[in-house]
Amino acid sequence: MEILDEIKKDYVRDLLQKGKRADDRKLDEYRKITLERNPLSSAEGSAICRLGNTQVLVSAKIDAVEPFADRPTEGVLSTNCELLPLAFPAFESGPPSEDSIELARVVDRGIRSSETLDLNSMVIEGGEGKVWGVYLDIYVLDYDGNFFDASTLAAMSSLMSASFPKFEDGKVIHEPAKPLGLKSKVVSCTVSNFGDKKVIDPSYDEEIAAESRITIATTEETLCAMQKGKRGSLTKDEVLGLIDIAFQKGAELRAYL
Amino acid sequence: MGGGTNKPVLFVDGKRLDGRDIDELRPIKIKASVLHRANGSCYLEWGENKIMAAVFGPRECIPRHRVDPYSAVINCRYRMSPFASLDEHSKAGPSRRSTELSKVIREVFENVVIGSKYPKTAIDISMEVLQADGGTRCAAITAASIALADAGIPMKDLVCAVAVGKIDGKLAIDFSKIEDNYGNADIPIAVSSRNKEILLLQMDGLMTKDEMSQAMDMAINASDKIHALQVEALKEVYTRKAQDKPDEQVS
Repeated sequence: MEILDEIKKDYVRDLLQKGKRADDRKLDEYRKITLERNPLSSAEGSAICRLGNTQVLVSAKIDAVEPFADRPTEGVLSTNCELLPLAFPAFESGPPSEDSIELARVVDRGIRSSETLDLNSMVIEGGEGKVWGVYLDIYVLDYDGNFFDASTLAAMSSLMSASFPKFEDGKVIHEPAKPLGLKSKVVSCTVSNFGDKKVIDPSYDEEIAAESRITIATTEETLCAMQKGKRGSLTKDEVLGLIDIAFQKGAELRAYL
Repeated sequence: MGGGTNKPVLFVDGKRLDGRDIDELRPIKIKASVLHRANGSCYLEWGENKIMAAVFGPRECIPRHRVDPYSAVINCRYRMSPFASLDEHSKAGPSRRSTELSKVIREVFENVVIGSKYPKTAIDISMEVLQADGGTRCAAITAASIALADAGIPMKDLVCAVAVGKIDGKLAIDFSKIEDNYGNADIPIAVSSRNKEILLLQMDGLMTKDEMSQAMDMAINASDKIHALQVEALKEVYTRKAQDKPDEQVS
């Protein structure tokens, strides 16, 4: 496994020196994206995003919950992630790995800071202080790199297909009652960096061969989250260039939603 | 971030709650080599943040299957103590936040530590946040960098870190906890002090590209000030140790 990875690293880097990628994509080209809307009937919203061979299911389940003590008038947004053992040989059962926590937190950060979901309008009328809690569960089903962008697409799509349920006589009735009223469409763009070569939507082989990775989440107008990963460094000018790319590719990705 | 009900006035006559300018750091006090058992250590106070960092290693890499035949393996532990904040006593043990931060901090030190000097070993970096007042990850990185130098581990560079945030539409450096609570954006940045390359970059909040550019400039400028304090702290170790052992000076 690890020996194969080492060999692949050299292969990926050699190809990139010639400006090529193993799957013949252009450096700034996404793999084929498909979004399947609402594959689950048990959740208010759900989506499967396929990004090349990477496949992520996100469910958006909505329940009536107690608000956080220090935020009594705000709804709750909670994002969790499972890197399922069936998705990749090195994904193991057990407590969440740091990769899965990072993924969940980066997706959460993009959606939360964009304020696309207005937490201030999630107090339930006649709910005796209860608020709506939106639970995003990210299930990585098949892994070939860039679970960040696939997960954000699926999460956004699942929110777009969800509605707040009904609340009657102190109980939640899971039938659509009111749209979530999302304010913007958040997407993320992940780039792997190999010196002066930047590769958009890295495959698994590209991810492990890269020096650094950056994920930039945007709305139509603004940046809303960023996360750099791996040991390589970036200059300020490189970051600014990548921000331009994220806005440009963001518009492409948003068309899928 | 974001909400909260009774938002205090965060700017008065261009000054911040604690009287600082927008590009002014809180007072930083650094003392290197404070623990005797660790190979390198550092205690750092940054405003009301109090951080203890220590380095063990290079030492045997356990478990053995994690051994890298070409390089030292770097392990990082960033933890918030259950008594670190004015809020209620929190759960002990790793939170999801501390797991993520341990990972991104490890990636910072994987960049600067010259691990190839010590193949098949592990270098363990611990950062304990004893008291927290906003900006703990940056304070922890700044402290750990000194602990590594104190341990004599070869590095390409010292790392300085600081966060830039946005309150009331204005960018400001080094948020305190209260500013962080009511601010609109938070951008922790770690910089390699010599070549100003960015080693850690996180961001949440609504920002334009121009604001990001300005934020990176602010962090890079501040890194010179932090770096000077780091160098001072490392020099001070030698004067202190020379004074501690007068007997050996007799010749």
